[in-house]
Amino acid sequence: MSTTPTSTSDNAPETGTARVKRGMAEQLKGGVIMDVVTPEQAKIAEDAGAVAVMALERVPADIRKDGGVARMSDPDMIDGIIAAVSIPVMAKSRIGHVVEAQVLQALGVDYIDESEVLTPADEVNHSDKWAFTTPFVCGATNLGEALRRIAEGAAMIRSKGEAGTGNVVEAVRHMRQIKGDIGRLRALDNNELYAAAKELRAPYELVKEVAALGKLPVVLFSAGGVATPADAALMMQLGAEGVFVGSGIFKSGDPARRAAAIVKATTFHDDPKVIADVSRGLGEAMVGINCDVLPESERYANRGW
Amino acid sequence: MPSNPTVGVLALQGDVREHLAALTAAGAEAVTVRRPAELAAVDGLVIPGGESTTMSKLAVAFGMLAPLRDRVRAGMPAYGSCAGMIMLADKILDGRDDQETVGGIDMTVRRNAFGRQNESFEAAVAMTGVDGDPVEGVFIRAPWVESVGAGVEVLARLADHTVVAVRQGHLLATSFHPELTGDQRVHRLFTDLVRSSRA
Repeated sequence: MSTTPTSTSDNAPETGTARVKRGMAEQLKGGVIMDVVTPEQAKIAEDAGAVAVMALERVPADIRKDGGVARMSDPDMIDGIIAAVSIPVMAKSRIGHVVEAQVLQALGVDYIDESEVLTPADEVNHSDKWAFTTPFVCGATNLGEALRRIAEGAAMIRSKGEAGTGNVVEAVRHMRQIKGDIGRLRALDNNELYAAAKELRAPYELVKEVAALGKLPVVLFSAGGVATPADAALMMQLGAEGVFVGSGIFKSGDPARRAAAIVKATTFHDDPKVIADVSRGLGEAMVGINCDVLPESERYANRGW
Repeated sequence: MPSNPTVGVLALQGDVREHLAALTAAGAEAVTVRRPAELAAVDGLVIPGGESTTMSKLAVAFGMLAPLRDRVRAGMPAYGSCAGMIMLADKILDGRDDQETVGGIDMTVRRNAFGRQNESFEAAVAMTGVDGDPVEGVFIRAPWVESVGAGVEVLARLADHTVVAVRQGHLLATSFHPELTGDQRVHRLFTDLVRSSRA
């Protein structure tokens, strides 16, 4: 006799809530998000088991090489990638360029990366991300920067690393810094949290929340310089909840194979036998750049404030 | 008093931690499952939310698909949320051509049925077997149930009658993510199901 309850429409469905935006990133955890510049590359990424792709006009390694102003991608290119795959599609806007972000939302991308890899459009302000239905991911080098982005509405944080170098050293530095900053907050008593918030230049409420949770209130991924399965596993062991891979896949000798290997190494990041196994016969990794020879002006991690 | 049931969360990819926390709060011993030996040790299994195509690929690559199918067929209770619902469906629409599911529930599920992330939403969901207030339904690029076989009980519909929660015997599936809400009633329902199947 029991009939299925039909939910009433008293509470109309609500889109763009913080829970829906942050929850989307929760679903990506343990996964790999890959930079792609064509629908064909997007398909290779999906075939390899990527949880999402980042639609770009040029991968960071080429942005570095070509120089000039790096902007949001061509809408036709983003449409083509959205049509090619069934997994989520992300795209980058310049820091503070709210109109690029509005365009990306209108195109129906699933996540917007307000990214230091593109040339910043505003040297003081990031976009007000609460004003959007589409969720945002932002880069951070330390806890204060992560919390400022979250205060602006970011629903996901990633380390900055140095994109396009194939060198994981900066991503490691940022991940250790963020995790270390959180650990230090945990050791403070309530009286000390006010001064900590001032030092971090972050809202007290968020500082208090992080001290209680022992983690960010949003998902934390690694990005910047991952080129091998072992790099991805290293970032996971350091506490990343998932990995962005930029130039590392499609600037390598055998992208399809390397992409699948990085996906597997991310899931089994604590199993060296699996990582050894998937690391065999991948062909050449991207050549890479040593970050200590990069002039300050070419360090993307310095962009964003 | 019998010990708490051991409930695994398939940890190939997805929101594993939230399910572990909800199961623990619901009185289960929650453990992660990535290998056949770990699967063999649990009384029931949650397949979490995540990207179903990724989960499916990893399950095939690491030899988990056949053991999962065997245990589900042998009567192990399983609960899938979102991507997990897709994994428990006998048939899927709008999946990848090569996308494998564990199956077990005689239903057809449409992947990403509500649309892209901009269409992701929250809505109150009244659900059979969950007393009290409606569940806060969080739907993220969610699937819906397009049709069900005779043996499947529909547990919840949206206001427009879209089917978003079902049960067939020892198998439970929801389009939405109770693990993101801090409300453990759906996980209690499942833990009770595991407990009674063990008794």
